[in-house]
Amino acid sequence: MHEQPILCVRNLNKQFGGGCQDCRETSTRKLERNYCSTCGTVYACQDISLELFPGEILGIVGESGSGKSTMMQCLYFDEPVTSGDAYIHDVELEGQNVFNLSSQKKRYIRNHKYGMVYQNPVKGLKMNFSTMGNIAEKQIAAGNRNVTTMERTGSELLENVHIPLFRAKEEPRNFSGGMQQRVQIAKALSNNPPILFLDEVTTGLDLSVQANVLDLIKRIQRESGISMIVVSHDLAVIRMLADRTIVMLNGAIIEQGLTDQIMEDPQHAYTQRLVYSLL
Amino acid sequence: MALLEVKNFGKQFTIHHLGKTMQAVENIHFSLDKGEFIGIVGKSGSGKSTILKSIYRTYLPDTGNIVYDSNRFGKIDLAKVTEREMLYLRKHEIGYVSQFLNVMPRTTSRQLIEKALLEMEEPATIAKTEAEKALKHFELDRKLWDAYPNTFSGGEKLRLNIAIATVKKPRLLLLDEPTASLDQQSKVKVREIIEKLKADGTTLVGIFHDIEFMDGLCDKVYDMKSSPVPLQEEGVLCEG
Ligand SMILES: Nc1ncnc2c1ncn2[C@@H]1O[C@H](COP(=O)(O)OP(=O)(O)OP(=O)(O)O)[C@@H](O)[C@H]1O
Ligand SMILES: Nc1ncnc2c1ncn2[C@@H]1O[C@H](COP(=O)(O)OP(=O)(O)OP(=O)(O)O)[C@@H](O)[C@H]1O
Ligand SMILES: [Mg+2]
Ligand SMILES: [Mg+2]
Ligand SMILES: [Zn+2]
Repeated sequence: MHEQPILCVRNLNKQFGGGCQDCRETSTRKLERNYCSTCGTVYACQDISLELFPGEILGIVGESGSGKSTMMQCLYFDEPVTSGDAYIHDVELEGQNVFNLSSQKKRYIRNHKYGMVYQNPVKGLKMNFSTMGNIAEKQIAAGNRNVTTMERTGSELLENVHIPLFRAKEEPRNFSGGMQQRVQIAKALSNNPPILFLDEVTTGLDLSVQANVLDLIKRIQRESGISMIVVSHDLAVIRMLADRTIVMLNGAIIEQGLTDQIMEDPQHAYTQRLVYSLL
Repeated sequence: MALLEVKNFGKQFTIHHLGKTMQAVENIHFSLDKGEFIGIVGKSGSGKSTILKSIYRTYLPDTGNIVYDSNRFGKIDLAKVTEREMLYLRKHEIGYVSQFLNVMPRTTSRQLIEKALLEMEEPATIAKTEAEKALKHFELDRKLWDAYPNTFSGGEKLRLNIAIATVKKPRLLLLDEPTASLDQQSKVKVREIIEKLKADGTTLVGIFHDIEFMDGLCDKVYDMKSSPVPLQEEGVLCEG
């Protein structure tokens, strides 16, 4: 099956700190988890390679500190990578390592190709803008100028995520956590992106609200065929959403497979502890 | 020509925190032609489910080959296909039914069947009518169509399960104890369903602890005893 991934990441590395004699050499470095105890450098992402295919939900699971958010922030250009390549399958961008593009081109990709839902809504929303204003901001960034169509799409999106329209003028800081996540999702979708990143969208929400947000994500994927990378430390979330799953530990990928295989026949010792709830 | 050929198949499990490795099955050989029905028999723990789950890639196969003659890809080894290829086959060619209903929460019977069809890129209108046909065909009470299956009886769940797996008309259907824990009447119903599937040309691999019940339907029986006995002293590891 010769299928083109819509996003292809090769050997993404991200370190915080300059490294030292003890840790610069990948093959000989000795780390405490992801951290060099000599110089304090954190190797947050180590040689991450992955492919995201059209219309799929790819799950990323791993414990706190395993580098999931750092990876997402690198992909979304919030953080520069230390090294590595990423390719987006798209006529305009074919064959170009997007990590090396100018900041203007990166902004273009964020505005037109990507949507992001952050672990913390404060990062994804302007809390002192109205809800509709938050969505309009992203629409304008994506080149929309027609106020009437922007409002129409904005209302549709809010309806879609079950935010009552009479609250569209309110600032999201008045909203519950679940509502804020749903506004983030509406905002992320407002430029109609082919690729959506979701970082712990349900963490910290009540179970019933969680279910609500998960159903919403599933429905969006079914109806719009957007490709998504979903990060969570919660296996139940991954089990419900993802067809394929990657397991991360200390900044590296240790295992990947079909989600049901990861759950029922985990290979790596860490994945087994995770799945059998021995952690 | 063989639709499925399992050759020298073996599967080990390593449980790291116990520091143990066990051979669940070894030297499994069988093959079946298009439209045939093979029943797998053997005592509890002999590895029957392991074989089925490995064909479906819920377990990662480790030795041997599982050669499947696919519509889309031609002859391929299911032990080695990529994840994406396996997902394609699950959507379009290979179905799996276990005695347990393993479905998304908060999704009605009707939605579950429609979803299976939508995954195959059937238009929504066709999915709707086909789903209703399937619900009728498997004699699911109308009041259950828009209900959540977690409250269904064992027999109802199973019929829904089979409906979900078969609306897509899989070429190969894997059945893991579909009659276990059913009353006689429901069992008869399931047998009728299997009979119909077979008449439609579906190739079937099934596990039945009461294989006599499938008398006259099964073309072949594979007895787990015909393979070397798994290492029993370690085999108790995961039971209980
Ligand atoms: N700006 C930074 N400076 C130094 N270290 C950082 C920085 N950002 C992240 N790290 C470190 O990188 C590692 C990975 O962090 P990251 O936030 O990616 O983990 P995560 O997998 O998302 O965890 P969680 O599940 O808790 O959200 C951690 O050890 C963290 O302390
Ligand atoms: N996911 C797994 N991890 C570890 N061991 C497993 C796993 N699945 C099965 N086993 C072991 O493999 C052996 C075969 O199990 P399997 O479920 O295939 O037997 P079975 O023939 O289907 O039995 P039953 O008739 O009771 O369903 C058993 O010893 C079992 O404990
Ligand atoms: Mg994080
Ligand atoms: Mg079994
Ligand atoms: Zn160092």
